[in-house]
Amino acid sequence: MIAEIGHFTLILALGVSLVQTILPIWGAQRGDLSLMQVGSAAAQAQFMLLLVTFAALTVAYVTSDFSVENVLQNSHSAKPMLYKISGVWGNHEGSMVLWVLTLALFGSAVALFGRNLPPDLKANVLGVQGSISAAFLAFIIFTSNPFNRIHPAPFEGSGLNPILQDPALSFHPPFLYAGYVGFSIAFSFAVAALISGRIDPAWARWVRPWTLAAWMFLTLGISMGSWWAYYELGWGGWWFWDPVENASFMPWLAGTALLHSAIVMEKRDALKVWTILLAILTFSLSLMGTFLVRSGVLTSVHAFAVDPARGVFILAIMIFFTGGALALFAGRAQVLRQGGLFAPISREGALILNNLLITTGCAAVFVGTLYPLALESVTGEKISVGPPFFNATFVPLMIPLLVAVPYGPLLAWKRGDILGATQRLWIAIALTALAIIATYAMSGSGPWLAPLALGLGVWVIMGAVSEIGFRVKAFRAPWDEVLRRLRNLPRSAYGTATAHIGVGVMVIGIVGTSAWQSEKIIAMSPGDTSEIAGYSLTFSGVVPQKGPNYNEQIGTFVVTEDGAELTRLHPSKRMYVAPPQATTEAGIHAAWSGDLYAVLGDELKDGAYTVRMYFNPLVRLIWIGTVIMFLGGLISLTDRRLRVGAPKRSRAATAPQPVPAE
Amino acid sequence: MVRLLAAAFVILAAAAFAPPALAVQPDEVLKDPALEERARVISKDLRCLVCQNQSIDDSDAPLARDLRVLVRERLEKGETNEQVIDFVVSKYGEFVLLTPRFGAHTLLLWLAAPIILVLGVFIMFRSYRRRAAAEKPAGKGSLSAREKRALNKLLKES
Repeated sequence: MIAEIGHFTLILALGVSLVQTILPIWGAQRGDLSLMQVGSAAAQAQFMLLLVTFAALTVAYVTSDFSVENVLQNSHSAKPMLYKISGVWGNHEGSMVLWVLTLALFGSAVALFGRNLPPDLKANVLGVQGSISAAFLAFIIFTSNPFNRIHPAPFEGSGLNPILQDPALSFHPPFLYAGYVGFSIAFSFAVAALISGRIDPAWARWVRPWTLAAWMFLTLGISMGSWWAYYELGWGGWWFWDPVENASFMPWLAGTALLHSAIVMEKRDALKVWTILLAILTFSLSLMGTFLVRSGVLTSVHAFAVDPARGVFILAIMIFFTGGALALFAGRAQVLRQGGLFAPISREGALILNNLLITTGCAAVFVGTLYPLALESVTGEKISVGPPFFNATFVPLMIPLLVAVPYGPLLAWKRGDILGATQRLWIAIALTALAIIATYAMSGSGPWLAPLALGLGVWVIMGAVSEIGFRVKAFRAPWDEVLRRLRNLPRSAYGTATAHIGVGVMVIGIVGTSAWQSEKIIAMSPGDTSEIAGYSLTFSGVVPQKGPNYNEQIGTFVVTEDGAELTRLHPSKRMYVAPPQATTEAGIHAAWSGDLYAVLGDELKDGAYTVRMYFNPLVRLIWIGTVIMFLGGLISLTDRRLRVGAPKRSRAATAPQPVPAE
Repeated sequence: MVRLLAAAFVILAAAAFAPPALAVQPDEVLKDPALEERARVISKDLRCLVCQNQSIDDSDAPLARDLRVLVRERLEKGETNEQVIDFVVSKYGEFVLLTPRFGAHTLLLWLAAPIILVLGVFIMFRSYRRRAAAEKPAGKGSLSAREKRALNKLLKES
């Protein structure tokens, strides 16, 4: 019964989304306010209906209702509660429901917080948003219905893929979707602007908070996925340039570029055409990611079960929205007047450099991911494009970008002074040089470029700190004035600096673990001791243990450093009951200097075990860096200027048109 | 004799200064650490054909193990890295390489990013020149005497 309610509200939501598509846009064309206002109500209704759908599916999972085919295939009564719930989106159908729910959530948020938007813009935005919903709801209902019943109902389900039964991975998809889908708002705003042919700096101000929020979620979502891969897949890697990873990385790159170009548009009324194009491309890449993951055209560890009909349907959706938006763009782009002249060396120039390098990087990832597909379909030749290709094409583009990051915020708008900026950065330059020399002295071995690369991370961090220091006149004015300036500095400045610091921290982590990782793969019998990176590990043996829905073999390693016991590592091998599948759980000891990481391998003939040990220097900084980036975004979001733009309700209601603050 | 001495020296040096490189399975390890290191480098660029996007160095699959052993056998026969890779490619096709070879069939793959970068710089430069040219007549120092007086008056008032 509950499943039927969910199915029913799903179909109702499709109807509502069609209304949301047609009436507001029609109203905006005719100038009919009451028709335009249907958009808000429809957006709210759609969200409520999908919430019921989602709740119904969740209930089916929590109560292990195996008469629902989707639950039967992806759940098991002995599964812990957390994974019963995350199992809802641990499969294709359920994750699509979460996708449209998130889409509807963003739509209703625009309806709710966007009261200060001009009514026709808002109507067009909600209309476009409704059409995206309609397309995906139709996709779910016609190709991927999660509410199909099975009769008679079996007693037990087949369970969730054990490698997905993990806390970080439980929350990875919701964050990822919030990111992907959040970019739909920027897309809808772009299309709405093209429909009306009107676009001004206020447009960028409305779009930025949404883009920022989506970017933050995507950052965290990708980071969680990477963290999970690091400890669960069992060989200490954190990024594999896997097609599915690339599918989420491309919208992230485009979104990052969009965030920066929207700043230029908001402040200087320039780069309009480019910003609109980026907004379209960012969401199109999100759609492409969805297509790639679900159509089965790519081989990947993460991909969902494959069904060609679904692939064709999503491809059609993608072509319709991307193609439609780009056609509209081609027809209307000339209408958008470019404003704001600036010299190449200026804040605008720096942001354009950022955009150029990030978009080129995104293009490199795009080509690398899709080229094998294209080549095979054209000539039948099969090639692989793996990590070495991406490291050779993407990484070099990021080096000039990182060098330039500290300069951006220190250059003036319109015409900047690069010498002056360098002078302001002298402390950062000196500290970076010091860090590089110290790294050379300390590391001893490893690639000779590594300390320089590490210096890049230090440089970005120091640059961000210097910028704040310069703006508050640290060491140049009395302390009380510095404090006053610190208080008065806009939150967005702190947000920018924080996010850039996060980038620097992440770079240090990436360089550290890539350049100085040590590895040891040996056979160990109980009682054996082995050394790695200054630690010595004594293997005490393996004991069997029973978990809620698996049996495991837990190994124990006593870790000593300088003769004193430091900790014990417990890597294990699990055998899940349903589906019967083995997973490895790494034993990890985390410290600031790096992670000691041990994996228990197969048992050998003589009672010994294959043991893999790694020391991954500074690896934690990768994820800490992404969290700092997220926090930077959060600080920026609380900036008053952005609040005026969209999400402030009480004050915004009285102000029909927000006035640019500067 | 000289070569033997040199080889012994390399082994000793490697054993003394470099951390011993060990293979993915302990029994696969070659005795010569320098050779083993080369085997690891080659393995990282060869795709495990039955896996989803893993190199044979990362994979637990039996086929990956066979390939790792094959690579080591060829290396022990004294083949260069290129010879080993060529042999594997001749057996399994170019699909086995994680770094596609540069050639007519991968021209677009390798050149796409550089071309886009150059194109982007060119478009930016042209658009800057065009706008600078359009702005020039109204730019600096082109105010008429009357405009200057009006401007000064406004500045005084504010």
